[in-house]
Amino acid sequence: MGMTVVFRTILLVLLIICAIAVNLTRNLLQAVIIFMSYSSIMCILWILMESPDLAITEAAVGAGVSGILFLMTLKKIRAEDAGETPEPRNGQEEKDL
Amino acid sequence: MKEWIRKWLNGDLDLLENVTDAAEVPDSTREELKEQKKEFRQRLYEKTNTDAAIQAERKSFYAIYRGIAVISCVVLIGVLLFTVANMPRYGVENPRTVEVVKRYVEKGLQETGAVNIVAGMILDYRAFDTLGESHVLFTALVCVMILLRLDKKTIRGGHLDDYYLVKQDTYFDVSKDSIIRLVGTVLVPCIILFGFYVLLNGQNGPGGGFSGGAIMGAALIMFSTAFGFDTVDRVFTRKMLMITSFVSLAFYSFAKGYVFFTGANGLENHIPKGTPGAILSGGLILPLDIAVGLVVACTMFGFYSLFKRGSIGGD
Repeated sequence: MGMTVVFRTILLVLLIICAIAVNLTRNLLQAVIIFMSYSSIMCILWILMESPDLAITEAAVGAGVSGILFLMTLKKIRAEDAGETPEPRNGQEEKDL
Repeated sequence: MKEWIRKWLNGDLDLLENVTDAAEVPDSTREELKEQKKEFRQRLYEKTNTDAAIQAERKSFYAIYRGIAVISCVVLIGVLLFTVANMPRYGVENPRTVEVVKRYVEKGLQETGAVNIVAGMILDYRAFDTLGESHVLFTALVCVMILLRLDKKTIRGGHLDDYYLVKQDTYFDVSKDSIIRLVGTVLVPCIILFGFYVLLNGQNGPGGGFSGGAIMGAALIMFSTAFGFDTVDRVFTRKMLMITSFVSLAFYSFAKGYVFFTGANGLENHIPKGTPGAILSGGLILPLDIAVGLVVACTMFGFYSLFKRGSIGGD
């Protein structure tokens, strides 16, 4: 009982840290990775709350497929390393190619 | 006429063929277009950074934007915390909400034949909710297809960005990587098998249509990453995806509509429930699970394929 409460408290604290960090980070790639770890923590929490159905779906959709879709979008708009400089990158993408 | 409709559905028909675009510059080559674009961007950048009026406007806009963002965030947090504070405590019986739950828990196995009460709820008592969710997924796929699909006209028509994106994607193709290939060879069969297990076992244990379909879709994504889209295109074409989704959704609608209709009219329900715990049990739950799973798997892989290269099945 005691161990479960400690484990759950640690997970909840990590969840809140992830939720705040995903808003504060400037790098979009890091934001996607933090979002995926948020989903993984949430998946363990669903198991602790005795709803394995939701845990499976959270792991497959939240941590898997939606993360992949975000990464694909970042690649499409060429913004994997954008966000650190708020100014528009004038003409830089032509140089990248 | 039929030919015309088929061409229109395939995206080959250009309805604006004879309409000339005034802004179009047909004589410039790609390099010239690139130069023009760069120059324009440079000019815009300089203007926005030097013009005092634009600077002041930008400054005030950001001040208002920040203020509104902070206020709406605080209000939203307050409303959510207030709602959470008024919710019944976790695990405590609440007379307002407990009646329906009690019925589900006590009579669920007897009425639906499913050991997993959650599956009995979402695919028997609340089956129309799940039907709506499947249709939402299908509609989302159709919308993504309308927005992101690259037909021949777009690639040929000299849209600079699309041209470079296609070029870039072929350059960074990871399917030649031997590590990814080996990992794919080992993992993909296991993931697909686990997906089938979750899908077929929905009425007996945790899982069901949505989670099983999502796992199978993830396995398809991994397969296409490891072995390239050409391998997947041999079986997974756009036509097959559309037919699968349509047949699954139509089957779901007709089967569940039939059950609701006969049930509402007091007729006898003659779909066998089976032994609780067996694979073939739970009446209609297993076929409905399979239908939902197929729709979800098709949608997940369709999203990935459209995001990655702008087409499903390479057409």
